[in-house]
Amino acid sequence: MTHHIVEVQDLNYTYPGGVHALQGVSFRIVHGESVGVVGANGAGKSTLLRHLNGYLMPVQGSVRIGDCLVAKPTLRDVRRAVGMVFQDPDDQLFMPTVYEDVAFGPLNLGLPAAEVEARVMQALDTVGAAHLRDRPPHRLSGGEKRAVAIATVLSMAPDLLVLDEPTSNLDPKARRQFIELLRTFRHTKIIATHDLDMILDLCERTIVLHGGRVTADGPTLQIFNDPELLMRSHLEKPLRMQACPVCGKPT
Amino acid sequence: MSTIESALLDMGGLDILAAQNTPIHRRDPRAKVLTALAFIVTVVSFSKYDLSGLLPLFLYPVVLVALGNLPPRYLLGKLLLASPFALIIGVFNPLLDRTILLRIGPVGLSGGWISFVSILLRFLLTVSAALILISTTGFNAVCLALTRLKVPHVLTVQLMLLYRYIFVLAEEASRMVRAWSLRAVKSRRMSPKVFSSLVGQLLLRAVDRAQRIHMAMLSRGFDGEIRLIRPLRFGMADALFVLAWTAFFVLARACNLPQLLGQAVLGITR
Repeated sequence: MTHHIVEVQDLNYTYPGGVHALQGVSFRIVHGESVGVVGANGAGKSTLLRHLNGYLMPVQGSVRIGDCLVAKPTLRDVRRAVGMVFQDPDDQLFMPTVYEDVAFGPLNLGLPAAEVEARVMQALDTVGAAHLRDRPPHRLSGGEKRAVAIATVLSMAPDLLVLDEPTSNLDPKARRQFIELLRTFRHTKIIATHDLDMILDLCERTIVLHGGRVTADGPTLQIFNDPELLMRSHLEKPLRMQACPVCGKPT
Repeated sequence: MSTIESALLDMGGLDILAAQNTPIHRRDPRAKVLTALAFIVTVVSFSKYDLSGLLPLFLYPVVLVALGNLPPRYLLGKLLLASPFALIIGVFNPLLDRTILLRIGPVGLSGGWISFVSILLRFLLTVSAALILISTTGFNAVCLALTRLKVPHVLTVQLMLLYRYIFVLAEEASRMVRAWSLRAVKSRRMSPKVFSSLVGQLLLRAVDRAQRIHMAMLSRGFDGEIRLIRPLRFGMADALFVLAWTAFFVLARACNLPQLLGQAVLGITR
């Protein structure tokens, strides 16, 4: 395993319709880092994430996950190493019961039944959802769905967690619990979101995308303290860093 | 509440029934699927003028409803919902087939009427067998049983995903209908134009979702086959369940039990 767990070099992607979604994106993420990916709608966040597990193949440039260059022959290894959690848990949870959903990945890896069982229960325990194992996913609450969605990738023992808008549609308490859960993971994390306060909680580093290019890449606090950069990228300071709504004093 | 939403809640009802623990629920799904299949084949194999021969077969749904602790009214409601199909299929028989086959006093019953009633009986039997199968086994367990019985994966996976996403799809549809009805203050009924664009929207959304689900499956190593590990145990009781019922079906098919019973009764009284 190389020290650089994710290495994206000069990544370009053009959709069949002719939209240049990514134009020369490069960055490098090392083991254990938590990185927030932020940007306006249509900045290229989702397109970037889709390259990380080889759902989209680079038109130009390269993506490297651990030792593997993302390409057709390495897809299997790449997808084991990258745990991708999608924005809508209803897309992620497609099996009849929670247990079977969490077992889906390990079974595809060809693991023996006993190992699958152990991994499923461990993943469910980690996210505090062991009691939901026999429930059908459509009967879970929003927070429960998110937790189970994470468990479905944890059971594959990924090196890297990629999360797309993990806190959208959660009530504040469920959001808080989910953030605390994410904080306990030692994995390398890439989180694409508009929830900048969550980035503040979880990510020491932030990458700003705008118009398919990386416009900033650095320590989270430094980026969120650059009002001009934020404005250019259609972002604003996380609410916690804005002035107090009652007294108007900066917090 | 819109009809779509209440229909959704209703579908959940079968799931709740399937979660019970009775001697019927405890049977292996495969045993129940095979028995239901044998039952349906038996019912369908009767000749179209046979009425009395079908009657003993009502024992099967009645026993399963009783032992499986199923609410008969609820199931009857479901049967009624599906009954228009059977009515439409059979309703022309009395007009087309006017040969008198049976005379009860002055009233002559034509073959058409007899086959019409026979169609209704068969409908009652087969659809109630299917409903009972789902409500004592659960839809997903039925899919699993079919997989283990070597039904092609393509089919069982379709069924499984259908059942998983029908709720999501119906919710999406009901949201769209709600959005329409809140703005369509005057018109009570949807115009064909609005309806077609709504259905089109729904199709596009479904295609989008299918793509996202496929992506989610791929990113967890999907290679075209869905593997299931739920353990199934086919024990003595399950074998007995299948054998006893199949024997009964064969018996009911081979000899007309009500006729035999009648003859026996007449024989005693004579």
